[in-house]
Amino acid sequence: MKDSYDVVVVGGGPAGTTAARFAAMGGADVLVLEKDREIGVPVRCGEAVDHEGIIEFIQPDKKFVAAEIRNFKLVAPDGTVVKPLIEGVGYVLDRRVFDYELARLAADEGAEIVTKAYVDSVTRNNGRVDGVTVQYKGDRIRLKSKIVIGADGVESRVGRWAGMNTTVSMHDMESAAQVTAANVNVEDDTCLFYFGEKYAPGGYLWVFPKGNRTANIGLAVAADQSRKKHALKFLEEFMEKKFPDASVLSKLAGGVPCAETLEEVSMPGLMLVGDAAHQVNPVSGGGIISGMIAGKMAGKVAADVVKKNDMSLLRDYDQEWQKSLGARHHRYYKIKKVIYKFRDNDLNSIAAAMSKLPESEQTLGALFKQAVIKHPTLIVDVMKLFFS
Amino acid sequence: MIEIHEDKCDLCGCCVGVCPENCIDLTESRISIEYDICTDCRKCEWACPFEVFEFKNQRANVKVPA
Repeated sequence: MKDSYDVVVVGGGPAGTTAARFAAMGGADVLVLEKDREIGVPVRCGEAVDHEGIIEFIQPDKKFVAAEIRNFKLVAPDGTVVKPLIEGVGYVLDRRVFDYELARLAADEGAEIVTKAYVDSVTRNNGRVDGVTVQYKGDRIRLKSKIVIGADGVESRVGRWAGMNTTVSMHDMESAAQVTAANVNVEDDTCLFYFGEKYAPGGYLWVFPKGNRTANIGLAVAADQSRKKHALKFLEEFMEKKFPDASVLSKLAGGVPCAETLEEVSMPGLMLVGDAAHQVNPVSGGGIISGMIAGKMAGKVAADVVKKNDMSLLRDYDQEWQKSLGARHHRYYKIKKVIYKFRDNDLNSIAAAMSKLPESEQTLGALFKQAVIKHPTLIVDVMKLFFS
Repeated sequence: MIEIHEDKCDLCGCCVGVCPENCIDLTESRISIEYDICTDCRKCEWACPFEVFEFKNQRANVKVPA
């Protein structure tokens, strides 16, 4: 480790290493600091992505694709199953290997990656972020950099140390628990989603197959609804009931920021990417692809700033993000607020109406249409959504 | 004050994300609270997926006058 870099990236997840990769590709001198001892571990993720999303970054490879997904099944609170038609193919990843590969791609471009390096503050000079302090091998080291990229996940402390407000409201934080279990009877090409108060109030429960009778089984509960019963309790009850013979191979906790995208994702000397910038799809909770897309944007802009020695270009990242995915997430967040109002009987009646449609018409669009028809007050919300 | 049951903690960061005071430290292997800054808002306790936090009804940040 040197004491000065063009770009220091805090966090070695997909957003961080993708930012590092593209910054290095653009000629910047890049360092990635990961607090855990190994890239990709522990996995805090349902691990599902769609094909179109990842091919821009890495070719799907059987060493990190655990299952190919061709079907969704949505289970309503009363047990009605809806199987919407979906196009294309999705994957359930092995994130340990996937994250490793992304880090390797960054290293191949010349980025330096250091693990077990804990960043505990950012340094500032004249209102501009100009480096970080990092605890490494028993020392506390001050590192200087032209640009810091905060890819520190749901914690998002880098942004807060620099003065940005990245705290997630209780309403928008999804409190999650997941097991990877063996000896579970699941279809290897089908992702299952359970909705309802008894499974996951303010969120949903997922069963994502990983091949050989294993699956990621997890759920997320809105943090403001988990006071009395926490995510792990909900999950243990579900496992007991649906998969009593399962062996739990790993158990993990997580927080998913299903929030409005930040108004500003950069400030002088600093860019935020991925969960740290609330770049998660607020409806699905998915953040791998959008984190990588933002990482690529940030990395390219960072290299440009360094090359032209012009910090004002940093705003290009903000503009690009807001124009592309930011605008979409803004819309999704409004949809999320509508969905949030659904109670179990609304979900049951939507599912019942859907299952009466001919199979060829059971699309996700039709599902949304049914949701509006079955819940008339929603029409007002949806009108607002499209005309505001 | 908020007490931490470290043996239950999975170091996931959910509590850190909701902490309005940014006073929870999470290293690769440890969680700790800066009690001087903590206001006992209990958001960490409610957001935690694994019930790591327990609110004990006594004030943590009472400063003894000199």
